[in-house]
Amino acid sequence: MGEDHSGRFQRDVLPHLDAAYNLARWLTGDDADADDVVQEALLRAHRFLPGLRAESARPWLLQIVRNTAFGLLRHKRGWEELPDEDEPDPSADASERLATATDLLQLRTAIASLKEQFREVLVLRELEGLSYEEIATIAQIPLGTVMSRLNRARRMLKTKLLKLTRSADG
Amino acid sequence: MDDDLSQILRQHRDELRHPLPESLRRKLNRQYAPRRPWALRSAAMLACACVALAVSFTLGRSSSQTLSGDLLAQELVGSHVRSLMANHLADVPSTDKHTVKPWFEGRLDFGPDVRDFPQEGFVLTGGRLDYVDSRNVAALVYRRGQHVINLFEWPTSSVSTEAPRLLTRRGFQLFVWQKSGLAYWAVSDLNAAELQQFAGLWQQ
Repeated sequence: MGEDHSGRFQRDVLPHLDAAYNLARWLTGDDADADDVVQEALLRAHRFLPGLRAESARPWLLQIVRNTAFGLLRHKRGWEELPDEDEPDPSADASERLATATDLLQLRTAIASLKEQFREVLVLRELEGLSYEEIATIAQIPLGTVMSRLNRARRMLKTKLLKLTRSADG
Repeated sequence: MDDDLSQILRQHRDELRHPLPESLRRKLNRQYAPRRPWALRSAAMLACACVALAVSFTLGRSSSQTLSGDLLAQELVGSHVRSLMANHLADVPSTDKHTVKPWFEGRLDFGPDVRDFPQEGFVLTGGRLDYVDSRNVAALVYRRGQHVINLFEWPTSSVSTEAPRLLTRRGFQLFVWQKSGLAYWAVSDLNAAELQQFAGLWQQ
């Protein structure tokens, strides 16, 4: 194993460090936590490497990262994943259009304010460009749930952005 | 209904991503580096070079181009990954093609084709010497948001023009084309459509 193992790890897993950090940082909302999560996830990935099939290093690593991040959140804040139904349905007016020159800070704030399970699918889809199938693998949820969470995440985000821009204007 | 939102997110994608701190990248790359990487790699590269050499001797240089294509693709992806990991992207870090091109003079036995497409979002960030298929080649480094493109160039014996074609290796996209006596290999983790746009710009 020795050489092959570490060679493969460097070749297949390390190129996805940027994606791993981005996800960890968005999920934990904290630089130091993201740092810890990535280091811990890499240790786990290194240990689990024999279970990785060649074509799927990125979703595989991101799944380890998200599980590690949620483990940390649970440990630190007693965080618990709530069923999607507990979230009141957002009321974005579909016809109202967002200003094209949306403020970056407002955008960050609005994404950060989404509940973890919605933020997760949104980040994976919009910032990492992953497919629905890959997201389903990473978040360990059915494909239909990926799509409905993504829809609701977008609607909630839009509602928040409209609110933020309105209060900034007023 | 979410066209405007998707558009905004896409527009700000690179700014919204949290960049991996360089200190952490270095630490992890060090921690997980194979124990004898260089010895192993040189052996592998030597083996590649020997195969390529043998092929070119038996079949002539021109036909070795396609035959060694797969080996070459693997070698170039390796080069691309190493350039990112070892933090050795550029020997001459510069966004000015008039600095980058002269830098290669005296270091290569040919003049590489150096261009810049800032308006199209492909920014030249430097150049370096690389060693591929047992010869020195020019590697030009471009950035597209968070993504790095390595463009490798070297002379070919044939002067025929070949349109860009796509290869995928280990999750990386490669576009290869040939023009005016030079072979071009663009390697990146960028999606195929955008890398094709990059390749397209070089055909003009």
